[in-house]
Amino acid sequence: MEFAAELRAVCKVYASGRQPQGAVTAVTDLDLSIRQGEFFTLLGPSGCGKTTTLRMIAGFESPSSGELLIQGQSMNAVPPNKRPVNTVFQNYALFPHLTVMQNVAFGLEVARVPRAERDRRAAEALELVRLPDLGDRKPAQLSGGQQQRVALARALVNRPALLLLDEPLGALDLKLRKEMQVELKSLQRRVGITFVYVTHDQEEALTMSDRIAVMNHGRLLQMGDPVSIYEQPATCFVADFIGETNFLQAVVLAADGTQVRLRAAGCELLVPQSGQQLSGGQAVTVALRPEKLALQSSPGTKGGGLTGFVQELVFIGTDTRYVVRLETGEMVTVRVQNAGQGSSNSWRSGDPVQVHWEQQCARILTA
Amino acid sequence: MAPPALLLAVFFVLPMLIMASFSFRLGTFAPERYVFTTEHYWDFISRTSFHRLLLRSIGVAFITAGASIVLAYPLAHFLVFRAGRMQLTLLSLLIIPAWTSYLLRILAWKVILGSNGLLNSFLLQAGLIQEGSARLLYSPSAVVVTLVYVWIPFVALPIFAALQRIDGSVLEAAADLGCPAWQTFLRVIFPLSLPGVAAGFLFVFIPTLGEWVTPALVGGARGVMYGNLIQDQFVRALNWPMGSVMSLVMLALMLVQLALFSRVVRLSDLAAV
Repeated sequence: MEFAAELRAVCKVYASGRQPQGAVTAVTDLDLSIRQGEFFTLLGPSGCGKTTTLRMIAGFESPSSGELLIQGQSMNAVPPNKRPVNTVFQNYALFPHLTVMQNVAFGLEVARVPRAERDRRAAEALELVRLPDLGDRKPAQLSGGQQQRVALARALVNRPALLLLDEPLGALDLKLRKEMQVELKSLQRRVGITFVYVTHDQEEALTMSDRIAVMNHGRLLQMGDPVSIYEQPATCFVADFIGETNFLQAVVLAADGTQVRLRAAGCELLVPQSGQQLSGGQAVTVALRPEKLALQSSPGTKGGGLTGFVQELVFIGTDTRYVVRLETGEMVTVRVQNAGQGSSNSWRSGDPVQVHWEQQCARILTA
Repeated sequence: MAPPALLLAVFFVLPMLIMASFSFRLGTFAPERYVFTTEHYWDFISRTSFHRLLLRSIGVAFITAGASIVLAYPLAHFLVFRAGRMQLTLLSLLIIPAWTSYLLRILAWKVILGSNGLLNSFLLQAGLIQEGSARLLYSPSAVVVTLVYVWIPFVALPIFAALQRIDGSVLEAAADLGCPAWQTFLRVIFPLSLPGVAAGFLFVFIPTLGEWVTPALVGGARGVMYGNLIQDQFVRALNWPMGSVMSLVMLALMLVQLALFSRVVRLSDLAAV
């Protein structure tokens, strides 16, 4: 299978100042394979190397070592203007002296596409982003959302092998951002172009992506589809960065092939194996998603579970968040959906409760 | 009235009004001073030698402004895009000479262009000219060369500012859309620097049109400009009304030019650089 883009052991080191110890490593040993036609997201906090990675694919930065291929061709020595990729910039970077139409037709004009075809394709691109009537305006006369669409049309019109998007929705307000997320995704399906999307917004990444690469400190932590990233985080960082997670410190008591018996928060728990090599006495972390937990009044009918007191509760409409203080002093957040009418099964601050979950929902993390 | 408005009124509007009122008087001194007439306007219209000199001065101002831009643009471009961490040092080197006396810089060109000057001696030594054959000083060209030298920093600065204001990501966008460096320059950098170019052009054109010191020092009889004529009317002929008429004509021309420029670039853009 041919990949749209591949990064092999790519590093990027910025020499800053004259001293060698002033060098900053932005990306370390990065291996990525971006499939043809997928919506691929680079996700991570600011400074994690995701934008540097995107800029290396675009050609604005060159890797310090390693190899970069686009459609099987090595790109290390190819300047940005000769690469079959186009970028949607974070601040849009529209040409302020050109009209919307001229902006969109820019790449075609540089490529000497005949005038008639150029006009037709630029008009089509503007229609694709639902801005067919604004061709004569200057970028300064458009709203942020409209400028964003023009930037998208300007890149898409060239039919690139890869479309690179650098936090393109970051400057839009929440409502517009949500709309654009859905629109971008459906647009990507329609045009069939491979999208490489950079964002620090985990919800955005989960909503839009076919696959996500989570990065931190210049390294790739985990790569996979949204469900596996969310349900089977590989490290504490991933579990914490994507969605909300409770972490409990635990010690392994015994491990067989399928289950691990461990001690956490003063109780013995059974947690499914998740592929690691574990031995008795090892310190691990147990990750529990708040929405997978349930509460029960204590002492209750069911045995087991973690016992504690409701420390705090916050009503947030669709559900209620309970912060439970365990006997060991650790805090666990539980989200209870407000399914029934009224507050039939709600607890008050200070109530003794038990926290339960289905066994396979807990996950052991060692890193 | 707010202090800035007062300042403008006293030091700009009032002198203009005084000059305008003088253009309608018969003579500089009493009793002609109190006789009001439009005679000097009609006189100006009939004086074709004045018109020729005005046209020539406009030509000199155009050539000077154009040449200053052609020479200053690469300088500004280099400072913004190539100089890197040397930018501040090189910018200072460009500006510092402009702080020395204006007269001194003009006189320096007398030394360079004079018949026993630097350039003639060099050409003679190199065998490129015969003894005394190159008359460089006391000509319109000497005026242009000297003024271009004087103006280059003032033209380079607004162009520098305009180039500096271009968002780097726009240049990346041009490369991303397939432009090699020269196309990025032609399609993006140059059009976006036009307000700076226009500002630089006006900074040179307007003072050059009224210039009289440089032509007096290096222009000789052939290098006389309209400004020298105005000075003559005020200082030698003591014909203040005629001098006022000539000044007002020049002022009107400059306003027309500003109006034409304002159709191409917004004047507020010029103020911003």
